[in-house]
Amino acid sequence: MVKPPERTIGPMPVSLSPAQPVIPARVVVVGHGPSAYRLVESLLARGFPGAVTVLGEEPRPAYDRVALTSYLQEKSVEDLTYPVPDGVDLRLGSRVTGIDRAARTVTTATGETVPYDVLVLATGSAPFVPPVPGRDLDGCFVYRTIEDLDAIRTAAATATAGVVVGGGLLGLEAADALRGLGLATHVVEMSPWLMPRQVDEGGGAVLRAQVERLGLTVHTGAGVKEITGPGRVTGLVKPDGETIPAQLVVFSAGIRPRDELARACGLAVGERGGVLVDEGLRTSDPAIYAIGECALVGGMVYGLVGPCFTMAETAADRILGGTAAFTGADLSTKLKLLGVDVAQFGAMSGALDVTYLDPVGGVYQKLFVSDDAATLLGGICVGDAAPYDTLRPFVGKPLPALPADLLFTGGGASLDLPDDAQVCSCNNIGVGAVRTAIGEHGLTDVAGIKSCTRAGTSCGSCVPLLKQILVKSGVEVSKALCEHFAHSRAELYQIVQVRGITTFTQLIEEHGTGRGCDICKPAVASILASLHQGHVLDGEQAALQDTNDHFLANLQKNGTYSVVPRIPGGEITPEKLIVIGEVARDFGLYTKITGGQRIDLFGARVEQLPRIWRRLVEAGFESGHAYGKALRTVKSCVGATWCRYGVQDSVGLAIELELRYRGLRSPHKLKSAVSGCARECAEARSKDFGVIATDSGWNLYVGGNGGFQPRHADLLVAGVDTETLIRTIDRFLMFYIRTADRLQRTSAWLESLDGGLDHLRRVIVDDVLGICADLDAQLARHVTGYADEWAATLADEEKLRRFVSFVNAPDVPDPSIRFATEREQIKPALETQVPA
Amino acid sequence: MSWTPVCAYTDLLPERGACALVGTHQVAVFRTFDGNLYATGNRDPYSGAYVLSRGIVGTRNGEPTVASPMHKQVFSLVTGACLDDPTTVIPTFPIRITSGTVEVSVP
Ligand code: SRM
Ligand SMILES: Cc1cc2nc3c(=O)[nH]c(=O)nc-3n(C[C@H](O)[C@H](O)[C@H](O)COP(=O)(O)OP(=O)(O)OC[C@H]3O[C@@H](n4cnc5c(N)ncnc54)[C@H](O)[C@@H]3O)c2cc1C
Ligand code: SF4
Ligand code: FES
Repeated sequence: MVKPPERTIGPMPVSLSPAQPVIPARVVVVGHGPSAYRLVESLLARGFPGAVTVLGEEPRPAYDRVALTSYLQEKSVEDLTYPVPDGVDLRLGSRVTGIDRAARTVTTATGETVPYDVLVLATGSAPFVPPVPGRDLDGCFVYRTIEDLDAIRTAAATATAGVVVGGGLLGLEAADALRGLGLATHVVEMSPWLMPRQVDEGGGAVLRAQVERLGLTVHTGAGVKEITGPGRVTGLVKPDGETIPAQLVVFSAGIRPRDELARACGLAVGERGGVLVDEGLRTSDPAIYAIGECALVGGMVYGLVGPCFTMAETAADRILGGTAAFTGADLSTKLKLLGVDVAQFGAMSGALDVTYLDPVGGVYQKLFVSDDAATLLGGICVGDAAPYDTLRPFVGKPLPALPADLLFTGGGASLDLPDDAQVCSCNNIGVGAVRTAIGEHGLTDVAGIKSCTRAGTSCGSCVPLLKQILVKSGVEVSKALCEHFAHSRAELYQIVQVRGITTFTQLIEEHGTGRGCDICKPAVASILASLHQGHVLDGEQAALQDTNDHFLANLQKNGTYSVVPRIPGGEITPEKLIVIGEVARDFGLYTKITGGQRIDLFGARVEQLPRIWRRLVEAGFESGHAYGKALRTVKSCVGATWCRYGVQDSVGLAIELELRYRGLRSPHKLKSAVSGCARECAEARSKDFGVIATDSGWNLYVGGNGGFQPRHADLLVAGVDTETLIRTIDRFLMFYIRTADRLQRTSAWLESLDGGLDHLRRVIVDDVLGICADLDAQLARHVTGYADEWAATLADEEKLRRFVSFVNAPDVPDPSIRFATEREQIKPALETQVPA
Repeated sequence: MSWTPVCAYTDLLPERGACALVGTHQVAVFRTFDGNLYATGNRDPYSGAYVLSRGIVGTRNGEPTVASPMHKQVFSLVTGACLDDPTTVIPTFPIRITSGTVEVSVP
């Protein structure tokens, strides 16, 4: 854990007794927001031996408020909630109403009295609602908690237009949310330009143009005269008399520290609010600390989570007798609002400045430097935040190049960052700490840096910089597939497509070296399969396949194979069930219901596979591709046909999707599911593409994953009809197949996609790259060209020749394969294998 | 040295293996892209399963290799050494073609 440097600043705001060496037995925390979460975590991490009680007013544990808006899009409350450490007495729905400093107790609205030795106020702040007429009407909201968002979402369902009062950072975020809920959205801002605290007038102009391009209406230099009713909001009247018709108003006109408890018990507070604390975060009562957005420290109330975390760590250190001090914090911010990058770092003025302006591309970048042009003071970026990533660590340091060069050539990526520069302002982590972690733990990716140092785990804006440090540390982030190809999978895909290459031999002779390996051969086989129709065992392609594809079955630990017939949507007739049972019985196979709603038959020797499949194909089964990097299953719930909650036929759609995409070869396996209603019994949100029925159509979620690193899928399109749904999935899959890395599931692909979900939507819904017709055609070719691999194999003597254990004794079973019995079925008996 | 005929050369697919039963020995026979033949034991020493003949054939720094289909350790077809862990070596056997027939010599 990084401790802020020990330093003293001028005269302290209040005079206090020196740090008590005694460690308190009972710490009570008021409020459970991000600051309280971090305080408790730091206390425990530092070995605090006493009792910790947290009294939080909200009905749920602390959650990541920074990411609040994502709750309206793809995230659930659970996704956002911070972990609650064991042993902490967390009381939810428990608002503190009074502090008795003499008795050292607090009382709650529920009538409890809780004694403390040390009390920490972490009450955060509340949105400021200007005293305008109509502010209490139905349809007026603030934007701070999960409940606020739930209420906004409900109101938006019956509204067509909304107004956000306040065009700052949070206001624009709220505006984006309203837009996402389908409302015609207006922003009313008192200042002459948007985000006055982060950008100057020039930046504000570029920002406004970008925001308007997205369809928002911006009113700057405008306040609110009144909100009209009666009962419910019908509109907002500006001071100039203009009325904006709307059914929903969100106030985001600044925040006020929640210092009411402190005031009531006589603690010193600031003139404009905030609980006055010293650099050890202690209030005018040495037994009471205040941290986070409710604290006034060094004359400042901080509204960003990074400084709040630093305060929490400082207070934890002090409570345990340490001497850490909070001496100010970096107020740099970088965000993506409405798809527009906005960033500000360091000072917002300087003796000299250099500006780069591209009004057409919507880019504004400005650097402030000292009068000798030697030291970087700060910068503002709109539209492209690259300088934020590369230059922020140089604030207060000698400029690494001429300012003009830094802006005009984009030369930032080659800069060497000084060790003492800060990389993650949310968690106060320096470049040096990241470099040390990379070296000591042999880290090779950002995920490793996150778990070792905590950098990049909050707002995420430092992630590009972390990547850059990785690259500069000499960590191999080469895109080469393997020693045979210097290209990534996506590049090879392009080469194969553009040059019309049809064989591995041609590809490696013209674009690689050697004769390939177990990495590049299956990858190229998959590329060839997605670009050209044909059987995966045709000609030279057969030699490229992993053993599973080579035998169209899955290798098991004893050298036998498993057989998985396709059961689309998990729906199966009794007759077919009987056939599976008979085949398993006749060949002595172990049977198990899989996690993918079908049946796996284990323990088949290679020479048995054709005979098993002949029986299955005759009964109408086909390959389930359990062996391929291809579509596995489309799971389904029983849906509207039987279920009393179902609103659509989920089984029917699952079958349609499974039959459409069966056999589609891809960078990794593909899984899907369809649920008949929001209860989500098919677990569609853990799938590469998942569909959930709504009253008005289908919601499509993409990029979900179970497995090693579970990820909830993101909502790509909502409420669409079946035709639109299928077209969108077609494009999603083809775009993934074209551009993903080898063995990269859609979840990791989506996370690494530049521009993320928005970009994906622009490509496959808005068709900004103009490739959709191509993607559609390619998928259509797949659908018409599909043929069952097993039926085709059984009809081809040449292909059947490989299914023998011994080339010189085709009828002899492999004697090394032995079985034992367990729970009335076979299992591999590995210990009895014959020696070599 | 005694030679056992196992199959016709044309029975072997380029860049793929096959397994021959020679007495009680399982011998993995490989035909590489340049037409050369190699023979090794079929047992994967890491998993104990007899599967090496079903691995992907390729090269590492020019040396012909097979990757175990079980957990992907790569073996040299020339020396039998595991290139990811040189202390593990699988047996290799002499192999030749006599008028179109592949023969191996297993002691
Ligand atoms: C049979 C089955 C387990 C079972 O008895 O239920 C199974 C068995 C295997 N899984 Fe699985 N997985 C099975 C459902 C799942 C599920 C659940 C699901 O699909 O709903 C998951 C999590 C969901 C997901 O993938 O997101 C799952 C996540 C994995 C993973 C981790 C993937 C990841 O992205 O992290 C692997 C490893 C891999 O693919 O690299 C894996 C790999 C495997 C392999 C192929 C391992 C191997 O190479 O031998 C197993 C062999 C299957 C065989 O021989 O037939 N299996 N596996 C399930 C077959 C479902 C089917 O009908 O096709
Ligand atoms: C939509 C939105 C987006 C944001 N985006 C960013 C961003 O991109 N970057 C950034 O750095 N910051 C951002 N922030 C700010 C960030 O969320 C705050 O800095 C952070 O939440 C402050 O944490 P806190 O714990 O001090 O206060 P809070 O999060 O306000 O938590 C205080 C808690 O105390 C509770 N409480 C108050 N009084 C009492 C009482 N009497 N008894 C019991 N409980 C009480 C409250 O209910 C609340 O749960 C954003 C905030 C919002 C709302
Ligand atoms: S998801 Fe809905 S429709 Fe499907 S089974 Fe569950 S409750 Fe029924
Ligand atoms: S700067 Fe926010 S997570 Fe690093």
